[in-house]
Amino acid sequence: MHGAMQLAAPMFQESERREWMGLLARAPLQLLEAWAARQPQRAVSWLRRPETGLVMVRARTGGTGAQFNLGEMTITRCALKLEGATSGVAYVQGRSARKAEIAALADALLQTAEGAAVRRELVAPVRARLEAEAARQRAKAHATKVEFFTLAREAGG
Amino acid sequence: MLDLAEVAPGFADPTLESQAVFRRGLAALSRPGTLQDCGDVPAPPPGVEPAANALLLALLDQDCRLWLSPSCNGAGAGYLRFHTGCVLVGEQRQADFALVAAPAELPPLGSFDLGTAEYPNRSTTLVVQVGTLSDAGPWRLTGPGIRGEARLQAAGLGADFLAQWRHNAKSFPRGVDLFLASGTRLCGLPRTTRIET
Repeated sequence: MHGAMQLAAPMFQESERREWMGLLARAPLQLLEAWAARQPQRAVSWLRRPETGLVMVRARTGGTGAQFNLGEMTITRCALKLEGATSGVAYVQGRSARKAEIAALADALLQTAEGAAVRRELVAPVRARLEAEAARQRAKAHATKVEFFTLAREAGG
Repeated sequence: MLDLAEVAPGFADPTLESQAVFRRGLAALSRPGTLQDCGDVPAPPPGVEPAANALLLALLDQDCRLWLSPSCNGAGAGYLRFHTGCVLVGEQRQADFALVAAPAELPPLGSFDLGTAEYPNRSTTLVVQVGTLSDAGPWRLTGPGIRGEARLQAAGLGADFLAQWRHNAKSFPRGVDLFLASGTRLCGLPRTTRIET
């Protein structure tokens, strides 16, 4: 059954995968662990065991300016293969090998017929959690916002 | 884009296994003419011999430029790129390492980077796959690391190669170093080794 699944057209768009990999990279470990605990044992083989390293984050001012190095950040990456030969890759924030492992497993499953269930049980809660966290921070920052009422600067002044 | 479905696993324990293979490579270069067995190594991608594959997994990293001969430039390229992060180059002269799938695909040795008089260590290190390797054969090896003489036979490398090898020695201290690989076995031919028949 699985083999036939592989031959069918991909069940996801490249942009979708980019989104879920981004969410999984930032997901808190408790959410990932809670999902992993409900998963059956699966035979996976490692393509690359979890390894921690530094990546240089580069950015452009305003999204269009010249590239500059924003700073280094710690990431952990790994790659694994499911029995049906679907591979999953994870690049996650921080030093947790376990987090990378669960994220890579989720990435692999999201590319298979089980993707819908993973989306419902893992990706959606992670997105909700991250959005709530972002909203909370925005609200906190907003509370300290100061409106400056000043005279408009004179030209050349 | 690299299709991971095609990529096989590398070393199960990258630290210890790559050190073990590195030790074999070191022994091969310091005792030219001896055959070093790499033992239990990962299954290589199509077109690549197990020993050549293991040696490159052990030696390459993201700062290394690798040149691949045409018939290992498919699956082998993806596999080595994924596991080592090396940079693939199309010009022999830019390469730090080169993997040659068979003697017939070996370009002239002079087309590789021979290093400079100031930095002869920056020359290309070649890994050449040969059908069979034997330490009893027509080649008589002498030079540093060899007590008396050593014997060697490498299938497919003929008189043309020996002429090029003599020429390689003439540019000393510049010149390329060679690994011969067959199955899980390696043999080193550093630039100081003289070969006569």
